[in-house]
Amino acid sequence: MASDPAVPRTPSASRRRRGARSLSGRDRIVLTLMIGIPLVVDLAFVWFPALASVLLSFTKWNGIGGIDSIKWVGTTNYHQAATIYTPFWPAVRHNFIWLAVFLLLATPLGILFAVALDRNLRGSRVYQSILFLPVMLSLALIGIIWEFMYSQNYGLVNTLLQRNGQNNAINWLGDPHLNLWAVLVEASWRQAGYVMVLYLAGLKSFDPSLREAARVDGANAWQTFWRVVFPVLRPINVVIVVVTVIESLRAFDLVYITNGGSNGLELLSVLVTKNIVGERTSIGFGSALGVVLLVISLVPIVIFLVQQFRHQEQQ
Amino acid sequence: MSPSSSGDLPSSTPLTSALGRRALLRGVAGLAGAALLPVGLTACGSTSKGTSSPGSGSGGGAITFGSNYSDTSTRTAFAALTRAATGATGTGITINTVDHNTFQQTINTYLQGTPNDLFTWFAGYRMQFFADQGLIGQIDDVWDSIGAGFNDAAKALSRGLDGHYYFVPMYNYPWVVWYSRSLFASKGYTVPATWDEFVALAQRMKTDGLVPLAFADKDGWPALGTFDIINLRVNGYDYHIKLMKHEIPWTDKGVTSVFDQWAQLLPYCQQGANGRIWQDAAKALENKQAGMMFQGSNQVAANYAAANLPDLDFFVYPVINPTYGTDYMDAPTDGFCLSRKAKNPAAARKILEFLGTGPAESIFLESDKWDVGVASKVDPSGYDTVQKKGLAAIGACKAVSQFMDRDTDPGFASNVMIPAVQHFIDNHGQSDIAGLQKSIEAQAKSIFAG
Repeated sequence: MASDPAVPRTPSASRRRRGARSLSGRDRIVLTLMIGIPLVVDLAFVWFPALASVLLSFTKWNGIGGIDSIKWVGTTNYHQAATIYTPFWPAVRHNFIWLAVFLLLATPLGILFAVALDRNLRGSRVYQSILFLPVMLSLALIGIIWEFMYSQNYGLVNTLLQRNGQNNAINWLGDPHLNLWAVLVEASWRQAGYVMVLYLAGLKSFDPSLREAARVDGANAWQTFWRVVFPVLRPINVVIVVVTVIESLRAFDLVYITNGGSNGLELLSVLVTKNIVGERTSIGFGSALGVVLLVISLVPIVIFLVQQFRHQEQQ
Repeated sequence: MSPSSSGDLPSSTPLTSALGRRALLRGVAGLAGAALLPVGLTACGSTSKGTSSPGSGSGGGAITFGSNYSDTSTRTAFAALTRAATGATGTGITINTVDHNTFQQTINTYLQGTPNDLFTWFAGYRMQFFADQGLIGQIDDVWDSIGAGFNDAAKALSRGLDGHYYFVPMYNYPWVVWYSRSLFASKGYTVPATWDEFVALAQRMKTDGLVPLAFADKDGWPALGTFDIINLRVNGYDYHIKLMKHEIPWTDKGVTSVFDQWAQLLPYCQQGANGRIWQDAAKALENKQAGMMFQGSNQVAANYAAANLPDLDFFVYPVINPTYGTDYMDAPTDGFCLSRKAKNPAAARKILEFLGTGPAESIFLESDKWDVGVASKVDPSGYDTVQKKGLAAIGACKAVSQFMDRDTDPGFASNVMIPAVQHFIDNHGQSDIAGLQKSIEAQAKSIFAG
């Protein structure tokens, strides 16, 4: 890829030429508008709320009355979250479990589907549609569909298992030791389809001559995938990892639909909402939880950015 | 071969970083957006409007009415009531119906924004809090005209912490133990009066292959009712209210005995309650798979098929501590408030004066067969058996509490008590009760600190 030096050089050379020319007044206006509008939108809707959340996390406010009713309390909110707020640590743990299941099970499963479908099996379009169907449904709808499936006395799963009696029913969504896994099945059902489509798009654009060459050199299917296809699809792999991390950190809809995110289904995103939306609100405390989630999300984002910049520098 | 592939790749690299950055921004925006949520959600409630316009056209302009009566049955009853109010006062009423849960969730921003002139709400601390925050209009003058129609208990429920009136009650409903007449008759069960008889009956039902007590707590709040009633039976009304206001710590011995008492009953409750909605538990009672169920009539009776209603009966929760007998129960009261920011308060007050009368309540209760009117002059001739019995049961009480999420800070009820009680149910009452009480108390301290 980087072995061909002619390709990267051309655009940078032309950029230098253009930079030397002085900008006309019209160019200036266009540039100002093109940079200014996104900048204002970015500042107003991303940076301002994010910074406001950080500031509010050091205060106590019930959301009633003006700015003067906000009380400064220092790090009390963080201290209370870590010590007396019982759902906090379970929520952190559940967020990490969610991430691990997505990275280790759902995403590899989606890649496996994509690779299998790429082999042009008979009826692959049918399989593709079936696997992709959950991605087209909203997460709220997926939660409702699975609620019917998991219903203790009337649901499909327990009926098939013959465990739908009054005394032997499996309490899929109500047992705090089971329900996170039950919901992760729902989430993976969708995530696998999502990853499958992304990866399939990558595989379709994959140059078949590379695979031919591998075959000529005597590689088997396993070796071809791991030694040729997978490394060449690096850009897609990076996208998939990023999508997976983001999907697991922003997980909210399924648990909220299932039981409002309590009793074994606590997630940081739900705790934030619980504290800042509702009849009685603790804006400061909710913001503190939001900041914790922000800090956790920053870790993979920073790793990703550092990698990207390093990659670009190498080129 | 190799030139063509290397020609492809550099162009795909910038694509990756662009996607990655966009995805990154989306993540940050999602997070930051959480700060804006309370404002955004107000607009999300599905609203539907129904208007009743004045017949003659005179009378101080129309008003708007925010309603959480989103179920079809209560919505019909409420439409009939507002039509009558328009007929009586000449003021047009535009109803703005919002889904029940959404209405409560967004009440905070709703009342601070541009609220409707009048809105449906609940008696108890749940009203007093918003009155105290200056979001509900004071209506002492309305009570000057409707006061004679209510007893002292109803008056006390309608006053704020400052002693002024802020609420016009409409109906209430009892939290009692429901059973099927036919099932009790065929098995020879008798209504238990004391705790020991109650447990013995439950044991008999279990041996007969029934679920003694249908039980569901997926929504979190239904089981709070069981805590309330056991606390009222064991420790009495004054203790209960003090506990709700955090004037008694949650680590108190009295609370321990409530959980201990409850633990005796849990083996007879339908298993897996945290994963079941109360509608499914009521179905088990209706199908006679379960023998009894403790819940409000506003839920159980309202959920019953009309054909099965004559078979439905109830008894008040049995005596635990003879000192308090069956003197108290949860009988939540629903009614109406005036927004502090009402645009047409004069006309709205006139409407409230009409709503706070016996005849008005009778109109509402024509199509509602599970609640009972609060005004003393409601004509009970239209009541069915459940309503007549409910009226008598509430009337026999020395005091009625509202419900945990109405008597205490609603944030404390939903963020602390619901998880605590669900934890207690999960561990079949075998959990470390002292530890649970300590955790509740620590969180209560931070919430009630103001």
